[in-house]
Amino acid sequence: MTRPNTPDTLVSVKIGMIDTPFQPMLEPLSESQAWYSWAGYKSATSFRNVDLEYFAIRNQATVFDISPMCKYRINGPDALRVMDRLVVRDMKKVRAGRVAYVMWCDEDGMVIDDGTAFRFAEDEYVLFCQERTYKWLCEIAWGFDVTVQDWQSALCGLAVQGPCAFSVLKDAGFASIEDMKPFDLRQVEPGLWISRTGYTGDLGYEIVTFPDHAPPLWHRLREAGQRWGLIPIGYEALDIARIEAGFLAPGRDFQPSHKVSRLHRGRTPFELGFGWMVDLSTGHFNGRRALLEHAAKGPRYNLVRLDIEGDAPAGNAYVYAGKSFAGHVRSAAWSPTFKRNIALADLKAPWGKSRKKGLWAEIYVEQEGVWQKRNARTRVVEGPFMNIPRARMTPPQAY
Amino acid sequence: MGTTDKYDAIIAGAGHNGLTTACYLQKAGLKTLVVEKNDYVGGAAVSRELHKGWTYSNCSYVCSLLRQEIVRDLELPRFGLQVIPYEGNVTLAPGGEYFGAYGNHDAYRREMERFSVKDADAYDRFSRIIMRQCRFIRPFLLRTAPDPTSLKPRDLGELLFMIKRMWDLGRREIDETLRFWTMSIGDMLDEHFETDLIKAGTAGSGIIGTGLGVYSPGTAYVLLHHYMGDVDGSVGAWGFARGGMGAITRALAAAFTEAGGEIRCGSGVAEIRVSGGRATGVLLDNGDSFQAPVVASNMDVKRTMLKHVGREHLPAAFAKAVENFKIRGSSGKINIALDRLPTSDTLPDNGKLFCGDYSCTESLRHLEKAYDEWKDGYWSSQPYFDMLIPSKIDPTMAPPGKHMMTVFTQYAPYDLNVDGVRSPDNWNEETRAAFAKSIFDRLECVMPDIRDCVVHAEVRTPLDIEREVGLTEGNIFQGELTFDQLLFNRPVPGYAQYDTPVDGLYIVGSSSHPGGGVMAAPGANAAREILRRKGLGRRMPKLASRWEE
Repeated sequence: MTRPNTPDTLVSVKIGMIDTPFQPMLEPLSESQAWYSWAGYKSATSFRNVDLEYFAIRNQATVFDISPMCKYRINGPDALRVMDRLVVRDMKKVRAGRVAYVMWCDEDGMVIDDGTAFRFAEDEYVLFCQERTYKWLCEIAWGFDVTVQDWQSALCGLAVQGPCAFSVLKDAGFASIEDMKPFDLRQVEPGLWISRTGYTGDLGYEIVTFPDHAPPLWHRLREAGQRWGLIPIGYEALDIARIEAGFLAPGRDFQPSHKVSRLHRGRTPFELGFGWMVDLSTGHFNGRRALLEHAAKGPRYNLVRLDIEGDAPAGNAYVYAGKSFAGHVRSAAWSPTFKRNIALADLKAPWGKSRKKGLWAEIYVEQEGVWQKRNARTRVVEGPFMNIPRARMTPPQAY
Repeated sequence: MGTTDKYDAIIAGAGHNGLTTACYLQKAGLKTLVVEKNDYVGGAAVSRELHKGWTYSNCSYVCSLLRQEIVRDLELPRFGLQVIPYEGNVTLAPGGEYFGAYGNHDAYRREMERFSVKDADAYDRFSRIIMRQCRFIRPFLLRTAPDPTSLKPRDLGELLFMIKRMWDLGRREIDETLRFWTMSIGDMLDEHFETDLIKAGTAGSGIIGTGLGVYSPGTAYVLLHHYMGDVDGSVGAWGFARGGMGAITRALAAAFTEAGGEIRCGSGVAEIRVSGGRATGVLLDNGDSFQAPVVASNMDVKRTMLKHVGREHLPAAFAKAVENFKIRGSSGKINIALDRLPTSDTLPDNGKLFCGDYSCTESLRHLEKAYDEWKDGYWSSQPYFDMLIPSKIDPTMAPPGKHMMTVFTQYAPYDLNVDGVRSPDNWNEETRAAFAKSIFDRLECVMPDIRDCVVHAEVRTPLDIEREVGLTEGNIFQGELTFDQLLFNRPVPGYAQYDTPVDGLYIVGSSSHPGGGVMAAPGANAAREILRRKGLGRRMPKLASRWEE
């Protein structure tokens, strides 16, 4: 869409944060009035108290406005071919009505971004991601029989997450989603899609709709949520949950390769621990040639999960192996549910994979004006930090 | 007739401490058996469905002291344990006033300023003193108390640790600390605050579970005992175990059985067998007997030593000291299934902001009077209560839209006085009903429609708690938390390292250091001592933090 500047339409663009379609309903609920800019949209850091919001994710039900995510629609007879060309994963295995976690790479095999591809229909995908990537998609799709559209403001969405998430949706009139398995996607009403996906690792769903549906959807959820302890949450609580779940945050756990100016900041999917996703056997996709070389040479870095001694979160800590520098912590949190001090750390190979012993993190803790240095023993954790059976049960439990 | 099997260790009682000891012994390679008199594990940390659809944490009801180091080491979250903190407490005065303790510091301050600007300022200083004491005492929780009369290097080392921590406080703070540990919570609050309701609202933590009044020496420490816990490092915070307190012991039991341990429920210990001054095993009520060179009792010291060990095996002085161990029942409880939330007209938004404790009291004077009645053998006519509605945040406790309420009430005597005769036998259906009525009458002062909301209620007197859980006189801490019964004096001088005069017999419950509350620290500390004495000390993981908090 273009907006030429003529004397009749002489306005400046909005300076400062703009509202999502849900913001008019969310704003009055915020006691802390703590906002940050997510892709230019006003987003909540917290609504009242981060701890309570975090525990609502693991105990009750929460709602988080995901409208600021980038959304791109890829539609047309060649949609599957374009998706297969774009991402490292074999998209032929992802049926219509399913969602896939995907990564896409530049020519050097470095990850541009990760996101979720919603296959709305045989020939229609919507890609949800963090980084703006419209031009790249157009370049990938050039010559194919598809249209690529930037749906950033055309769609809005809410993530409903927590052990009571299904109960809330059921009471809100969406009982038909009971048989949906993780990563299932379904249109439940005209203009309203629900997927069993999320960023918390717990039972949860994401609802996608058009902006004019936002107010009635919100009120339905609020009404139904009263009996299930549904509360809105901000990013800080969500961030703890996503670290527990081991989900990556672009810009934190890896540097999107189109955003960095310094050389050698990029990482391959292998180096981020997502080698399982890369399908080198099914023909061309972008970055395949480089990834074949990387696969042969082995990773230069390993993004690993760490369990760290003590309870002081190890954000930004240096990690050492004996006396030598091994890497840094990218994301870190005290896990209130699993009672572990957890972190995602980017270590130089072979640390973290073939060599795991003797790692420790250098953590600084401020204690009333004095800094305490802690050399905390760390252990590489294989597999996820958390494993909550309720997150995968179909039909889901009531709580 | 019964079976006879051999184990390396037998734990008598499947409470949280017994199960904790069991986990560590089993993981260290000892073949361990837990025996439990009830048909279910848990002791006083249980979740029970006594009315269909509602779960009661029908003894202990909140969680803060449970040592995070133990939860982490035993991976209890993997076995379903989730501790959910709550915030927002309120003290209701029967006259209609209330005092809300908000989680948000600024809101809390504004609330205090409603009563007194001076008190609002005093609060920060009061908190700092409590915090300093918490910081001082917390490192001792996962350490064995030193024997001050011993010259063994380990005792000297522990003693030095204690002296060094004292020394680090400095002269003035040492004086303050000794004063703090021995003074009454009433005196302490009078020193800091001027508003009756604020003082009364804060004093509750100083008397919960004790046979002491707000002006009895030693109650300041009891307040500290309730503040020194934490939820995720937030010292003083409290929470619910998701699914009730039984989630804690269920997780411990699952960790224990996964490690290969064995639990036998449904028959308690009749006798702890002793031969040649050594424990040799246990005989159960059902006639089964099991042999083991280690018997660890989760029962309180009085019950263990005086009811289950032959008096001939005990030195007279020790037996006397155990007899004198103060373990007085002072509290009762009502667990209620609610059809809906009761209304509190005097609370804004019907108390929506307050998900934590509700207490009902108006002044220290009233609290002291409630204590006076207990001393005479009566339940308090205007009791203190600590009431919570866990279903406000835990969706698993009651059907949707319904609620579960736990009302801890104080004071209630064990040996009830009826017509001048004091005896636990005076508790019967009639007196229990009268006791319940007195609590509901009190609740009605602040929640007028409470009686209309009740679907089912379970009333528990100190005698009920003794009978069901086995806590002598229904004392929830397995013995008073006063200075004469703490650290190297707990449970009795000379036997504060979980041992007894009977070789191989250990006291691993809350009768031992560091005392009651669902802490699991006595159980873990005891496991360390047992393993050390067997020369297996290295198999016990180091739980205490290497860093000063």
